[in-house]
This record gives sequence, structure tokens and C-alpha cells, in this order.
Amino acid sequence: MTDTGVITVLIALLAGAIRVSTPFLFVSLGECLTEKSGRVNLGLEGTLVLGAMVAFAISYHSGSPWLGVAAAAGAGFLMGALHGAICRLPRVNDIAIGIAMMSFGTGLALFLGKPYIQPSAPRLPSLPLGDWLDMPALAQMLDVSPLFLVGLALAFLLDWVFRNTRAGLIVRVTGDDAAAARALGIGVDRVRLFATALGGASAGVGGAFLSLYYPGSWNEGLSSGQGLMAVALVIFARWQPRRCLLASLFFGAASALGPALQSVGITAGYYFLNAAPYVLTLLIMAGSGSARRAAQYAPGELSINR
Amino acid sequence: MSNEALSFTSPGAIALEAIGLSKRFGSFKALDDVSLKVPAGEFHALLGENGAGKSTLVKCLMGFHRADEGAVLLDGREVSVRNPREAQGLGLGMVYQHFTLVPSLTAAENLVIARRDAPAVIDWAAERRRIEAFLDRTPFRVPLDRRVGALSAGERQKLEILKLLYLDQRFMILDEPTSVLTPAEADEILGHLKAMTERGEITVLMITHKFREVQAFADAVTVLRRGRVVGGGRGLSTREMATMMVGEAAATAGASGKAALPERRAMPASVGEPALELAGLFAEDDDGRPALRGVSLKVAAGEIVGIAGVSGNGQGALVETCCGQRPLSSGQMFVNGRDFLPTRRAFDAAGLFVVPEEPLKNAAVAGMSVADNIVFRRFEKPPLSRRGWWLDRRAIRAAGRELMTRFRVASPSPDTPIGALSGGNVQRAVLARELSAEPIAVLIVANPCFGLDFASAAEIRARIVAARNAGAAVLLISEDLDEVLDLSDTVAVISHGQIAYKAPIAEVDRGTIGIHFAGGSEGEQGAPLG
Repeated sequence: MTDTGVITVLIALLAGAIRVSTPFLFVSLGECLTEKSGRVNLGLEGTLVLGAMVAFAISYHSGSPWLGVAAAAGAGFLMGALHGAICRLPRVNDIAIGIAMMSFGTGLALFLGKPYIQPSAPRLPSLPLGDWLDMPALAQMLDVSPLFLVGLALAFLLDWVFRNTRAGLIVRVTGDDAAAARALGIGVDRVRLFATALGGASAGVGGAFLSLYYPGSWNEGLSSGQGLMAVALVIFARWQPRRCLLASLFFGAASALGPALQSVGITAGYYFLNAAPYVLTLLIMAGSGSARRAAQYAPGELSINR
Repeated sequence: MSNEALSFTSPGAIALEAIGLSKRFGSFKALDDVSLKVPAGEFHALLGENGAGKSTLVKCLMGFHRADEGAVLLDGREVSVRNPREAQGLGLGMVYQHFTLVPSLTAAENLVIARRDAPAVIDWAAERRRIEAFLDRTPFRVPLDRRVGALSAGERQKLEILKLLYLDQRFMILDEPTSVLTPAEADEILGHLKAMTERGEITVLMITHKFREVQAFADAVTVLRRGRVVGGGRGLSTREMATMMVGEAAATAGASGKAALPERRAMPASVGEPALELAGLFAEDDDGRPALRGVSLKVAAGEIVGIAGVSGNGQGALVETCCGQRPLSSGQMFVNGRDFLPTRRAFDAAGLFVVPEEPLKNAAVAGMSVADNIVFRRFEKPPLSRRGWWLDRRAIRAAGRELMTRFRVASPSPDTPIGALSGGNVQRAVLARELSAEPIAVLIVANPCFGLDFASAAEIRARIVAARNAGAAVLLISEDLDEVLDLSDTVAVISHGQIAYKAPIAEVDRGTIGIHFAGGSEGEQGAPLG
């Protein structure tokens, strides 16, 4: 491989990382918020797909992709609120409800989204960050979605909120020790309801990115399990928003590996390389999920911990 | 932003007086006309055995319970405390036996979020300055930026106390604050608190079992026994306190159900090997600290050896190692002279039966039926199963029903989940399982009557004596000294994971036991016995 080949692959990896990581980022930040409050919402995969479909449909009808993003966030908020409300009921398991919500969200999206599989809707604009390069092919790769920048800001914002605001501390207390939270006069169920709803909204935005930016259309196989992988990613990120960002980029780069190599003519093991993120999920879960070190960072109230 | 945390500089230990507090739980009188006076700036110790009513008393003060009768005065004014938040508002704070800090938050975050007026956006630089200024006025030092989960037990306990000071709670109730600490840590913390009381900054009411701490730090003592104040004052000797704590034998014989016990057959003159022998058992607790430190004990067939002691001195670990719930770090168990490893097969072969404390947690599967729980020891054997794998549900239900009648387990049906039964009925169901087999070579029983009413307790004690009369070697571990004295042929005291004292029942007197209860060699009476 020539030097330009290596550079091309690296830049393609970077571009791919930024592009593919965005939905991971939004879903994992949402899940991070929810889990910090002491609940697991496995339903974010369904929220992601529903968000994608809603965003596409609203953009198609209104002509404004940003309205689509807002609608996706709203749909995600409602999905999260539904999860949170059901989990308030006594003797309800959040993981089981999450799986049900996953099917519900996906099913609802497929049912409502049938008419939108063919048409094309206005897509989100991109910010040409690669224009300073004199290689048009590479410049095109570095077109960055504004949503990625929003996600970037969200990761830092969430980190700041957890450290520096009363609301953030309250979420962490609730997730770590419900009894202590109640002793402080915190309404545990209400905090979790909000955390789950806001987490859902974030995942909905992740879905909007899928249908309105990359790949930029609506179809049934759009998510291919990214929502679930993002949930796993939160464990890898040890429930820290900034590590969620790093983990998302890492996953994005892994997903971009196959196409990047293909772009310089290496096609051997293409399908295998496309499976890289899934293999990575398995390895990460086996490596960090079982270790005591990771569990030490886990919010104490998570039902997977007890 | 309010300065709630800053007003600590104002002088102001609070005086507390309780007058004639009584509290009943059903037919059980937990507090009976208890009066207590703690002047401002006093370090007051509250002594008593388990179940003496210490916890009930402080819970009434803190508003967890409402006393049925009596009044509480703060600085001479009568107050009514309906819940712990109100207590907090009045300046009453409590350090509980379990930690109330949030483990994943740092010390500083724990302090700030505990404040009722925590700001929406926290300016950490300013907040830090304020906390550090506050810390400078207290003798305690804790790392502010480490997660509480990573702090040592001593640091956490200091932080619990700091939290009360930070929230300006100047009457402090400490519930066995040193049980998780090393003696050095305990002395440091109590010494600082003592100095603060002497400066008139706070008043302390401390529940404790440790005479040494009372002697070293307390200005005055109140001793509770069976819900009543049985003594107190200033400058009491360890022996006087111990006598008050364990009571006079004559005063309690009538109340403890001795009359209900069956006739005891004379113990057979011990011949040959003991039925149960524990040889130098060592084990660690969940945090890796030594829980058992060389427990050696022999129990002959037809003998009840009762182990008394203040809770938390290794009783739990002893029972857990005997029934295989906790690994031994060294030592050996022998049953009838043969090496015993706690496996299901070995229990069966040796005829060893165990009734652990909290049977619902330790000896039953809450979600399975009473009948299933009752046949746990033999469900894979005929007639309950065929060829060792095909369970005969009908036979199991019949066996369950039969034992439920014999042991008077009150349950709607043999199919009811055992978790739905009352404590006494769960205990009877587990006894039914452990005592119905023939023959019983060894029986290990822990706190068998804890939390049971009088009649159930008497019945269960009678069954234990009956097993002894039938030739079982019984090891009874109990936190109720009266129970140990009523049932045992030989009495032992466990202290700091060791057997500190052992004597035949005829030679036992309460005074000596009391001394060994409270840490053996720390008392007035010489070295611990074998």
C-alpha cells in the first residue's frame, strides 16, 4: 500500500467514525442518563427506529429536516416516558419492559413507516469541514453533520450537569441508593421517569440522524441493532458521558473499517470487517462487563447489579 | 444562597429529656416508662443487650416511631417529632449502624446534596472554600474528592458525623458508631466528639456495647433491660454496668419460660469422642477482616452447648462456616470423630442439622411452597421420589402436610409460598425439616426464637431440649443470654471471634458472663478462660 493509500484509509476511518458514531453517541448518552438514575432502558433500539421513521415522515411532509429532528426527539421522549411510567408500577422489571418497548417501537415504526420507504425527504445539511484540503474526494468525506456537533456538546454538557448541578447530583443519588434518595426527600420514581424520558428523546435524535443524514433514507433494516450496541457501550464507558463519546467514536471507526479498506481496493474479508462492531461488542461485554472493576462504577440501583 | 452550613459557629449544644416514654408493638412492650435526661454538652452512653429497647428509644426520639405515652423536651421545651425530617429541623441528628452516604458520590458532593437548599448550579470553587472553612472548625479530616465507596470505614464514619455537623445538628445520636472501626479509629473519633462536648458545641447520646468506650468517654450512662431503665448514673464500674445489663437471675427466671421446658434427662457421662468438634476455626467476614479467630469447641451427644455473646462477635460467621455458607480459612470440623466438609451428602451421612438465624433468608426458598421447603433434606429419596429423579408431588405434599400438623405450622395450604408466612411459622417449618429426621446426631441452632412471641419461643425451646434428650449434640448460638442460660448444659461466651469463656451451667454466674460479654480481658476480671 502506498502512503497516500494509508492516509486515505485513515481519513476514511476518521470520517466514518464521525459519521457512524453519531447515532451510537445519542443513544448511549440517553442510556447513560437513564442508567445513572437507576434504570435500564433496553427499549432504546425501538426508540431509535421510531425516531428515524418519525423524523423522515415529518421532514417529508413539512420539508424541514430540523422539524423532523424535533419530532423524533418528541417521539423518543414519549417512548421513554411510557417506559418510565410502566416501571413505576409495583413488581415491574425494567429490563423486561425494555425488551417489550424495543419490539413496540420497531413494530410501530414499521407499521406507520410503510408509505415512506420509497420517497425521499429533505435531508439534513452538512458542514464542509474538509474544504481546506485540496483533495475533493477527501474533503467530501469530512462533511460533518451538525448533529454530530450537537452530540459532542451534549456529551460535555451531560458530564457537567452530573458534576455541577443539583439536578445532576439528584439523578446520581437516585441511581446509586434509592433509600438515601428518599431520605433526602427526592421523589425517586419521578426522577427516573424524567431521566428515562429525556434519555428516550436523545435516542430519538439518534434515529433522526439515521434517516435524515446517513444513510439518509428510511427502510426497515435501518438500525441493525445499533440501539442495542449503544446500550452495551454505556457499560464500556463506565457510565461517564465523555467516555460514551470516545466509545462511540471507537465503534464508529470499527464500523467504517470495511468500507475504508474497500475504498483503496482491499476487499478481502469485507464481510468479516463489516461484522467488526458486533465482534467488538461481544469482546467488550466479555472483557469489561464481567470484571469487578466495571461493576464498581455501575449505579448501585441498576437491576442488573442486584 | 443560605448559610445553613455556617451557623455551626454559634454555640449551642442541645439538652434533651425524655419523660415516661412507652411503646408497644402488638402485645410486646418495647419501651416501658423510660425516662432519660441528657444535659447540654454531655456525652451520654446508652447500654443494653440486644432487644433491650435502645433502638426503639432512639427511633422514638428521631420520629421514626411515635411513643404511645410520654414526652420529649428539647432545651426544656416540649416538642413533637413526627418524622426524621422534623427531628433534623430541630437539630437532632443520628448516625445509623449502616452508612447513609451515597457511595458513588464524593465526600463533598455528599455534603452538598444533603443540604436542603443545595443550589441548582453548584459553584464548586465557592462550595469547596465553604466546606474547607467548615472542616477547619472541626477536628475531622476526610479526603473530599474521593468517592465515598473508596473511603475506609473510619473515614466514612467521620463523614457521617461531619454531615450532621454540616447540617447543624447539635444533638447527636450515635448507634454503635464504632462497630465497624478499629480500636484506634474508634478512639480518635470518640475523642474528638468528647472534646466537642466539653467545649459545649454538641451533645452526644451513644448506643454501645463496649464498656471500655463507656469508661473512657461517657460522662453518664443509662442502662436499659427489657424495655425499662434498670440503672444508670455517673462513674459506674464495669462490673456494676454488666450486672445491670444482664440482670439478676432471680428477676428473670419467671419471665423467660423455664416452666414450659420439658424435663431434662440427665446427661450421659461423656464417653469417648465428642459428637461435634470444632478445631481451630478461622474465617473472614465479607470485607476480609477476621471474623473467627480460632474457635475450638466440643459438644457431646446429649449435651447443649450454648454460645452467648454480644452480636457481631463472630456468631454469624460461626454458623455460616458450619453450614457451608462461608469458607474456612483454616481449621477443621469433626462429626463423630470423622472429618466433616459441609456438603449435602455429608450432612445427610453425618446426621447434622442446622437451623440458622433468619431462616427465611438462610434456610428457605421464599418463592417455593411450604411443602417443598419442608422436604428439602430428602426430596430425592424414596418415598418422595422414584429412582432419585422423578418427584412424587403427591407424596411431597402429604409429607409437608403431615409435618405442618406435627410442628403446628399455620399456613393456608402446603402449596403456599413459604415467604408469605409469618416469622414464627417459617421458623417452625424449618424446624420441622431439621428436627423431624431420625436420628439427629448434631443440631446447630442460631437465635431460634428471635422475634417470636412468648408461646412460640417456649415451644421451639422445648423441641430443642427434646432433641437433646433424644441424644443429639446441640450447639446453640444465641444473643439472648437468658435463652442460653435456660437451655444449656455448658455455657460459652464468644468475643472477638474467640471462645472467651466456657463453663458447665452449674458453675456459671451472670457477673462473670457479663464481663466476658463486654470484651473479656478489658473487664475487671483477669484473662479470658479457655
